[in-house]
Order: sequence, then structure tokens, then C-alpha cells
Amino acid sequence: MATKSLCFVVQRPPYKSESSKLAITHAISSQTVEVYLEDDDSVEAKLAFVGDGVLNCTKDQKSKEHYAIVSITEHLKNALLSDIRVLVCKEDLEKFGLSPDIVPDAEDMGADINPEIVSFEEILEEMESADHLLFF
Amino acid sequence: MAKLTIGCLSSLVGSMSLDFAMKLAEAVSKKGHDVDIWLSGNGTSLVKAGQKKFLDYPYHGARLKNLLDSGVVVTACEACSEARGIHKKDITEGVNVKAMDWYLASMFGADRVLHIGGE
Repeated sequence: MATKSLCFVVQRPPYKSESSKLAITHAISSQTVEVYLEDDDSVEAKLAFVGDGVLNCTKDQKSKEHYAIVSITEHLKNALLSDIRVLVCKEDLEKFGLSPDIVPDAEDMGADINPEIVSFEEILEEMESADHLLFF
Repeated sequence: MAKLTIGCLSSLVGSMSLDFAMKLAEAVSKKGHDVDIWLSGNGTSLVKAGQKKFLDYPYHGARLKNLLDSGVVVTACEACSEARGIHKKDITEGVNVKAMDWYLASMFGADRVLHIGGE
């Protein structure tokens, strides 16, 4: 029995490229990876938003109206609903003048966990504890 | 023998990241190691069959076939491919088409992972 920890680090802003969406959808796919693994083996994914990446973590994005695509807000809520930890760098939010209140949760969908607004140092610790790091 | 998993989101044309990923996979495979390549986002542009060689653009048709023949496992994201009009009938023979969880499973068994994000 083994669990591998994957940390998806998102550094890019939303919509300008596909990167942040792909980070979230790849992380969510950890929910079905068991079909490829031996019994009791698993993969644990977590998402960390740093730098420009924190711009993904805002409520009420209107991409459906403007681009006719699912918003990063919705993807983030789906990740939380799937019990994937979402770490958002506190310092980088402050640099953009963003309040932690702007980060979406998924309580309305029944999620058991909330996004974690944490220091960059804590994010570094999470990165160090991961088996594999993936930068998006 | 070790296993390397390479994920690449960069396109065949317009970026040299995929070019690097292919050459790295070739070098690692020649040393006798296992290599999995995962192509997502614009990286799926690599697997479309029938690409034509021009001197102005990267071309990896022959390299891709050689990698597949040498046992390198190349898998493209199904949704990313379909969204770009690259359907199973359009894909180079030997390339797998799977969902994103395949990549995570490959990482589970990998000694090293090199993830190359998109442009």
C-alpha cells in the first residue's frame, strides 16, 4: 500500500492560457486514478496558487457569459468538493490588493473542506513534502 | 532501470518545449530506461498523423514513430485532443488516448517526473 503526493503549483493567471484550468482538472482526476493502480495504492493531489496564479482564486467569474466556458471559480469549487486541498498564497493575494474573502469556497455545494489562505513558507513546506511537483 | 514520466502541454509549432521533451525521451530511452509521455492541452498537436515536414517548423513524425517502436509509451489527453478536432482516427498509430488520470497513475510509478507546462 502506498500513497504518492502530487503538488500542482499554479503560477499563471486565468484565461490568458489554459494552464491553470489544466492544473485543476488534472488534480481532480486524482479521484479516479485508482482504476490504474493496485489495491490500496492511491494518489493524493493538492493545488497551490502562487504569484499571478492567485488571480485564479476569485469568486463569481463570468467566463460562461464572456467565453462560454466553465469558470475557474467552478473548477475550484469542484476541486474542493472532491476534497482536494486548495492552498492560496497569502502574501501574493496581498500584493494584488485582494482580500481572502474573494477566494471561493464550495460550502453551497456541500464541500467538507475550505480553501486555505497560507503563507508562502507554508506552501514551500507542502511542496517539499510532495513526491512530485508540477508547475503550471 | 528507472522510469521517467514526461508531461508536456506545449504545442508542436510555436514552442520548442515539445521538441526538448521528445529529444529527452529519446535519450533516456536509449539508456534503457522506461519513458511515459503525457500530452495535454496544445501538446496533443504532436500526435496528429500526416504532419508534413517544413524547414520552418519542428517536425517529429519519424521521431515519434521511433519512440513508439522502442517502447516509449505516448498518451494524449482525450478531451484536449477532441476539443482540437484531433479524433482517434486522426492519431498516429500506437499512440494511446486516455483521460487525465492516466498521467497521475504514470506519475505514481515514476522515479522522476518532468512536467513542462504550456505556453
